[in-house]
Order: sequence, then structure tokens, then C-alpha cells
Amino acid sequence: MTKRIDEPTGTETVGHEWDGIEELDTPMPRWWLWTFYLTILFAAGYVVAYPAIPLLHKGTDGLLGWSSRGQLAAEIAQANAGREGVLRQIAATPIDQLPGKPALMQAAVAGGRAAFRVNCVQCHGAGAAGVPGLYPNLNDDDWLWGGNLKEIEQTITHGIRQPGDDQTRSSLMPSFGRDAMLTPSQIEDVVSHVRNLSGKERPSASSTRGAAIFADNCAACHGPAGHGGRQVGAPNLTDAIWLYGGSREAIAASVTNAHAGVMPAWAHRLDAVTIRMLAAYVHSLGGGEGFAAPPPAPSSGAPADARP
Amino acid sequence: MPGLEAPPVAPFYEKRKSVFPKAIDGKFRRIKWLWMGVTLAIYYVTPWLRWNRGPYAPSQAVLVDLAHRRFYMFGIEIWPQEFYFVAGLLIMAGIGLFLVTSAVGRAWCGYSCPQTVWTDLFQHVDRIVDGDRNAQIRLQSGPWNAQKIGKRAVKWSIYLFISFWTGGAWILYFADAPTLVRDFWAGEAAPVAYATVAALTATTFVLGGFLREQVCIYMCPWPRIQSAMLDENSLIVTYKDWRGEPRGSVKQASGAAPPLGDCVDCNQCVAVCPTGIDIRDGPQIGCITCALCIDACDAVMAQVGRSRRLIDYVTLEGAEAEKAGAAPQNVLETILRPRTLVYFGIWCAIGLALLFALGVRRHIDLSVAKDRNPPFMVLSDGSLRNAFTVKLLNMESRPRPMEIGLSGLPGAVMWRDDMPRSAASRVLRQKVEADQVSVLRVYVAAPPGSLPQDFSFMLRALDKEGEGDAHTTRFDAPGESE
Ligand code: SF4
Ligand code: SF4
Repeated sequence: MTKRIDEPTGTETVGHEWDGIEELDTPMPRWWLWTFYLTILFAAGYVVAYPAIPLLHKGTDGLLGWSSRGQLAAEIAQANAGREGVLRQIAATPIDQLPGKPALMQAAVAGGRAAFRVNCVQCHGAGAAGVPGLYPNLNDDDWLWGGNLKEIEQTITHGIRQPGDDQTRSSLMPSFGRDAMLTPSQIEDVVSHVRNLSGKERPSASSTRGAAIFADNCAACHGPAGHGGRQVGAPNLTDAIWLYGGSREAIAASVTNAHAGVMPAWAHRLDAVTIRMLAAYVHSLGGGEGFAAPPPAPSSGAPADARP
Repeated sequence: MPGLEAPPVAPFYEKRKSVFPKAIDGKFRRIKWLWMGVTLAIYYVTPWLRWNRGPYAPSQAVLVDLAHRRFYMFGIEIWPQEFYFVAGLLIMAGIGLFLVTSAVGRAWCGYSCPQTVWTDLFQHVDRIVDGDRNAQIRLQSGPWNAQKIGKRAVKWSIYLFISFWTGGAWILYFADAPTLVRDFWAGEAAPVAYATVAALTATTFVLGGFLREQVCIYMCPWPRIQSAMLDENSLIVTYKDWRGEPRGSVKQASGAAPPLGDCVDCNQCVAVCPTGIDIRDGPQIGCITCALCIDACDAVMAQVGRSRRLIDYVTLEGAEAEKAGAAPQNVLETILRPRTLVYFGIWCAIGLALLFALGVRRHIDLSVAKDRNPPFMVLSDGSLRNAFTVKLLNMESRPRPMEIGLSGLPGAVMWRDDMPRSAASRVLRQKVEADQVSVLRVYVAAPPGSLPQDFSFMLRALDKEGEGDAHTTRFDAPGESE
């Protein structure tokens, strides 16, 4: 390391050399140094003013009392304050009048989507498609207890089979097999009949026998034609949707043991506005019922089918 | 004590050597004046230009509308998804810089850089208030008497005034200029407007009024980059040492042996240099290639009756050739060489591509996202339903009625999430507001037993332009796939 004076510039070199390249020891501009000192001062002030130095269990608090957690809390509070007006309006609007206020309805659906992701996906799944045989699909147009906004809100509020809630939804299908109300062969016949109702099987001797058994035991709730009854939460047996499966075995199992699914009553856990928004969201998933007045369908679809 | 001199100690910091560039007139100074006028005019006037876009869009010719994420430039309106236009312009600016730099050196630094333009402006303020170079030096080293305080107060007020207008003009690009000016003075503009004006006023005041050449030499990365773009065929401002050295005054020259060169060592080239360097030391990073030293030296050469252009725009190659006795290069030939032509070709190609894209772009757009969870749904009547999020984009500055229809997927119908299924049909109508996107959630149901297949949404504007767009997507069903 030999320092020397560089000829053309007259500046001393720092004495390092790499592959013949040397570095001049050019002094820094004074303003640069001052800027540097100011940053050091700033850093010192910053360390005092803000949380900075990690100690054994927590860091220093800083004189300003700022914390990222506090900032987050303030931001959340601000966001909530911003939402408050909309939430109050949703709370003040009876749910069946929400669709008349499209902006409010949109806000409710958006809020419901968020609440659904927190509270409902555990059972009904992220896409609300449920789990066959366990949790109902909320996208389809089949409803045990009704699919208009009011009914959905009621179901979410009071849940299914919640003890101690006198408005809870509760259907009471007997365990025909387990309680020996029907013999296994009678059950087989009822299964034939029910599958015949929904077009899954052709009429047979078994289904004819089953029809009689059905009329005596099942029609009270499911209706003589098997269309179900929403007052008692009896499913429609003639459509293509089976909560607990439509195979012979699955239907036989349902008749033998009956099912008694449950859902929490959310009234205790969520506030009324959140429940209302959830109902709006579930209603918007494609199976919603009870729209006020269907807008007239545009006349013809023919032009759109032609490619431009 | 002779022989015991201590070795020179490098100073810890370099004291700022104030630069007091002397006023000069000449060819390049006049070009610089003109260009300064043009650039400043562009900057200050542009936000005030109006452009009629009808009742639904702002009538400001150039407007960066951050709130609505639009960029208006005369007849062109750029949406966020068309950012490639802006990217293309930036690439053109970059290549344009390569082109200019490889042709005529650091012309950006010397003529167009805002730091240069405003520094130049402020240096003229200095000359008006304090006088020319010598008066400025006298004032600087003189005591703080009433006259100096007065002059400084006047000068800094003018700096501040210019800086304020500079910062103020900037925000006008981001909102309707007349309204913003009124709101600004009424104290009703957005806080960010005041903050921006304050910040830009402060930076203009400090960088243009005080730091000046320090920015070019110490802060700016650009000289380093531009130096890398120069080659031995780029024109740079050069002192022809083979002609000027050894230097000496006219008086010394008579009878001197060996004979002196053309440089009379008058230091005029140093006196006029806005960055305070001596070009006779050779090409250096402090030189912004403003060519004012050429004007200065030409004037001196005319006075002493020697030929002009002792300092000149020369390429390194031309300098070597001239040193060896060749005739000076033809400037046009040095500019028109393969490298600059290639840059120019690329630059034009991108420009034409952008113009073409601008010409063929649609003012309507359809985008469709399919719900993947669940991919399809069996309805109670056995028909199959898929859900889609459909976005209709109206890029015109007026509301447009639109219609989406289905193409393919026999027997299918669709409906929105706020309609009952009983209202479903093959087409949906939707009015899309000016410059807006309508987001629809659309359910499409196909008859029982439909197989997975591709189909399209067709969008058509129900106005006289009748623009359209199509988006092909997939209908999922229980079948061979999924
Ligand atoms: S040396 Fe000449 S060209 Fe370079 S900055 Fe100074 S005056 Fe301008
Ligand atoms: S202006 Fe020309 S003559 Fe005077 S010192 Fe500079 S190079 Fe030499």
C-alpha cells in the first residue's frame, strides 16, 4: 500500500490497487458531510422517539408512544368508522327491502362474502358448495327451510336444532329402521318408490308396494307427491338434489336412521347486521328466491349467437 | 526548516468552490436561450391547454387523473390496463436519449435537464440582481452590509418566487388547472396538493438556487450512465490541446521559443462554465456539454485574430485525426453513422408500433372470470349451472348501453345474481357508465346432461358504433373432464 500523488489530478491516492486501478482519496463535499451528520442526528432522535432498542422481554417504547400495533388499531377503527354509515343503513332496512336499494344490497353482499370466509367456510366450504352428505350446498336452488332473504336470515340467526332456541329450525324425521317402525324389506320398497319419484328408477313391484308405505308414513311431511314441505323442513324428494346422497344405500340409510344435522345459531356470535349481510350473500349465490318483480327478459337471443 | 516539510495532509472535506459563471453571448448561448424558453413554456403552459372531450370527461389536454386512474393526452385517453403505451413512451424516451447521447454527447445534461434549465435561470437572476461574475465575487467576499443583505433578500425572494411557480405548476398536471388554482388559493385544495407544492418549492429553491453544479457532479447518476453511452464517435466538447498548448499570453507569444500555441490563457472558458471546470484539463464528468466555453473561446479567438474553434464539438476519433493533421470532420457525417441510425430505426419502430396500437385499440372490453369453486352446480331440475364474473368496460367518455349474449352451449340461458332464474334468457342488457367498468355476476345454466364444452360470451355496444368483443371460456359439467 503505497500512497502517492496522482499526476493529472494532484490528489493523493488511498493506496489500494486492483489490476492497476487505483482509488483517489478525493475529499467529500462539505454539504455531503453535513448531510451525513444530520442523518446520524436524525437516527439518534428516531431511536429515542420511536420503539427501537430490543430489550430482554420487549423493546423500548419510544417517547412518541407510536407502535405498529397501535397504528393498525387506529387504521381499523378508521375503516370501521367509514363503514359505519352503510352498516347502520343495512341494519335499518328490513332484509326483504334490501334488493330495492341496489347499492346497499351490493354492500351487504360484499360484507357477507367477507363474513362468510371467516365464519362459514369451515363447514360449507370456500365456494359454499358444502360437503355431500354433511353440509348443504348453498349455491343450488334447493332449500329445506326456504331460500328468500328473510328465511335465510332466520336460519342463520337461529341455527338448526339449537337447544334452548325456540325459533330454531328443527325437523324430526323418525328413524324408521332403527326404531323398528318399518322392516328392512319395507324400507327397500320405500327406497324404490322414492327413487321412482325423482326419476332415478323405473316403476316396479317394489315401488308400487313402497308407494303405499310412503302414503302411510312419509306423506305427512314430504307430501303425497314427495314434494317436501318447508314448514317442517322436509326435503323435496322429486328433484335432482340429495343432501345425503341419492343412491339406494344412501336413501336406505336415511330412512333407517334419519339424519339430524345441526348448525349454530349465529345470533349469539354475530351481530344482526353481519347476519343480514351473510343472508344477502348466500341469497346471491345463485339459488336465491323471492325476487320482487322479475325484470322482463330481453326479447330475443338470436343476434348474440352469431359471431361478429 | 528546509528539508523537513510535512507531507501534504488531505483535507477532510472539500470546501465548496462557488461558481460565478460569466455572461456570454454566442451561437450556443442563443440556442440555449431558445431551448430554455421552449422547455419552460412546455412545462408552465401545458396544464392550461384545453381539449374538449364532451360532458363526461375532463377538458384538460394533458391530465394525469390518479383518482380515476386515467391519463389524458390530447385526443388519447389511457386506461391502467393500457399502461404499455406509457411504458412504450418511456422506452422511446430511453432510446431517444441513447440516440441523442451517441450523436451529440450529453445534450440532455447541457440543454434539457431540469436541473440545468433552472440553474441557468437562477444564474441569470444572480446576474440581474448582483451583476456579472466580478461583481458577484466581490459581493460574495464582501462584508454583510446593508447593501449585501438587501441584494441577498431580493435575490432569494426571486428564487423563492420562481420555485413556488415551479412547484405550483407541477400539481396542475393532476387536476383541472383553473379549478385547482382557485381551490389552492381558497385553501380548499387537497392537503397532498399543498404538500407537493411545498416539497417541490423547497427542492427547486435548494437544488436550483444553491446546490447547482453539486447536483450534477455528486448527486446525479446520469453523467455516469451517459458517459457509458458515449463512444469515440460521439461529439463532445473538447479543447484541442495540440493546437492550444503550450499556452501563453499574446505578449509572451511574440518571440518565444519554442512558439506558443493558440490558447492565450485568458481563462474565459473557465469563467463562463456553469459547473466551474476547466475544459482544458480534458473530458471530465463535471462537463455537462453546454458548449458555452466554445462561445467564450470563439470570442477570444476573434479578438486576437486567430481561427475559431480552439474549443469545439469534436469526436475523440476526429480529435486524433485532426491532431495528426487531417481536416476537421464533417459534423453531419459524424452524426449519421450506423449506431445512431440503428437507434433511430428502433426508436421509429416503437413509435410506429404505438401509433398502430393506438389506431386499432377497441373502446370496449369484455373480460370473464369463471368460478372454480365449485366448478359447476346441479340444480333441482337437473340442469347444470356455472358462475362467471363478467366485466364490461366502456372506454368512451359517455354512457353506452351494451348487451352480452351467449354463443354456443345449446339451450343455455343466463341471469344475473340480482334476478330470479325465471328472468333468464340468452342475452343480458346493461348500461355501462362513461369510463366505467360494470362488474356482473352471471349464472349460466345448461340443460341436464350437457357436456363440458367451450362457449363464448359476446359483447356488443347498442349504439351506432356497435363495437364488440368476445370472450371464450369453458362450461364445466360432470363429464369427461372435472
Ligand atoms: S466545460 Fe464547457 S461545455 Fe463543459 S460544462 Fe463547462 S462550459 Fe459547458
Ligand atoms: S477561452 Fe480559449 S484562449 Fe481563453 S483560456 Fe480558454 S481555451 Fe484558452
